[in-house]
Amino acid sequence: MTSRTPSSVTALDVTRIKADFPLLQRTIRDGKRLVYLDSGATSQKPSSVLDAERRFYEMHNAAVHRGAHQLGEEATDAYEGARETIARFIGAQSGDIVFTKNATEAINLVAYSLGNASFSDTAVGQSLSLQPGDRIVVTEMEHHANLIPWQELCRRTGAELAWLGVDDEGRLDLSTLDQIINDRTRVVAFTHQSNVLGTINPVAEIVARARAVQALVVLDACQSAPHMPLDVVELGVDFVTFSGHKMLGPTGIGVLWGRTEVLAAMPPFLTGGSMIETVYMDHATYVDPPQRFEAGTPVAAQAVGLAAACDYLTAVGMDKVFEHEHALTSYALEGLASISGLRVIGPNNANQRGGAVSFLVDDIHAHDVGQVLDDRGLEVRVGHHCAWPLMRRFGIAATTRASFYLYNDFSDVDALVESLDAAKTFFGVK
Amino acid sequence: MYQEIILDHYRNPVGRLILEPFDAEVHHVNPTCGDEITLRVKINDGVVTAIGHQGQGCSISQASTSVMTELLEGRTVQQALEVEAGFLALMQSRGAGQPDEELLEDAVAFSGVSKYPARVKCALLGWMAFKDAALQAVAQSVKDQS
Repeated sequence: MTSRTPSSVTALDVTRIKADFPLLQRTIRDGKRLVYLDSGATSQKPSSVLDAERRFYEMHNAAVHRGAHQLGEEATDAYEGARETIARFIGAQSGDIVFTKNATEAINLVAYSLGNASFSDTAVGQSLSLQPGDRIVVTEMEHHANLIPWQELCRRTGAELAWLGVDDEGRLDLSTLDQIINDRTRVVAFTHQSNVLGTINPVAEIVARARAVQALVVLDACQSAPHMPLDVVELGVDFVTFSGHKMLGPTGIGVLWGRTEVLAAMPPFLTGGSMIETVYMDHATYVDPPQRFEAGTPVAAQAVGLAAACDYLTAVGMDKVFEHEHALTSYALEGLASISGLRVIGPNNANQRGGAVSFLVDDIHAHDVGQVLDDRGLEVRVGHHCAWPLMRRFGIAATTRASFYLYNDFSDVDALVESLDAAKTFFGVK
Repeated sequence: MYQEIILDHYRNPVGRLILEPFDAEVHHVNPTCGDEITLRVKINDGVVTAIGHQGQGCSISQASTSVMTELLEGRTVQQALEVEAGFLALMQSRGAGQPDEELLEDAVAFSGVSKYPARVKCALLGWMAFKDAALQAVAQSVKDQS
């Protein structure tokens, strides 16, 4: 198979970008060219991110927000400077940025804090508590990380869980929006972009309905923050969560952005050092956000690394990243459509869609597709993608997923299409 | 990794049926990939007389369960568990195991799978289900006799 002419010219100089990523220089499975198509799971890191973390440890390492020595000051400046950079990246104020271990913890922080609100000794804290009969709304396309914490919060409070369904194309079914998000709805939690389907959800429409019933809105931006320009003010939600490692940053850091007044009303989730105001043997009081939600020694080096990732992405331009991935996605969808017996699970066109492309190949299990691709140097994700209910919705057990980022190019997509042909030949499917 | 014998068993699996009658039924899933198996065993006088399985999974899990069925039917439970232990050891060998061909017969074809840690669970899905079902059936028969 020969490569096709891309439908549009890419917005990025991928050769130059690739040179910034040390891991992308290596080969795989006995000298084959590495084609990394699993950025939806985790992204690779540019040298500038690795250097920033290393420089922090080599020059400024000390415990943040403690002690009175020079290194402590430098470490604190680095940590709080990182918070400002990351805030700027999403149009936020730095005081509304909370660092967590990962996005999963960020969502759990919100869920547990709302659960703890039932025991709050302030009226404003109590106002966040959930009662039996209250409702939490999610969608059928959620990652387990944005489903299980809400199931558990329902179990603890007696609230009920409801969800928006997904249509055959992989878009949210909004025909019942007003019934699902009813007057008793207190929280609406949904993904900005599906990690399986690639679907970009209509935030404004859902937020408008949630506002009408005064529900809090939690937006899981794990798959959008790395791939498109994001502005928390424009989004109009109450919380945005994302992880560092999916956007060129290190593992071990996630971000929770919260609306100032909501964060201020929330009781803590994890407790201990760093988050206290005064402590007595039998009780304590707590500082304001964001420190109220950052118990223990903070993730300083990771924050510095993530800030370097934001700087890298800002220098490239998030609009260009989005445009580039949009072109790759269109090209991939065209290429996949040319393979007989292949079915894309998710929108078949690049309209309101990101670069996570899931598919099934007739008579070849996803694991076997992944194995043949891996033998040829292509790293894709196979399985249920931590979205088991969504798999069940489509009556399937697993898909193969290719996901793109700024360091992928059209030749990576060509390699994917060629290798899928090879997999069919290998398993005798034609 | 994909030996011809594996592909053959994948295309024409042995024991892919709803077994009736049976002494124990188990349902196992591989939580990392969502593959699942429902397996039934029939045990008479300490001998595995029949194994039947249903479910969905990749070529490795399907073929492994098929090879296992062929290999274990007709053996005593004790012999079957010895083969199972040998297969488990091979799968956990990270590609370094010396397969005992006399014990494992066709199942040695899966030696290559042990080099791929992500696939070991696929190869073991049916075997773990069998072990669970066989032990349940034995426990039940002991209970019935007392």
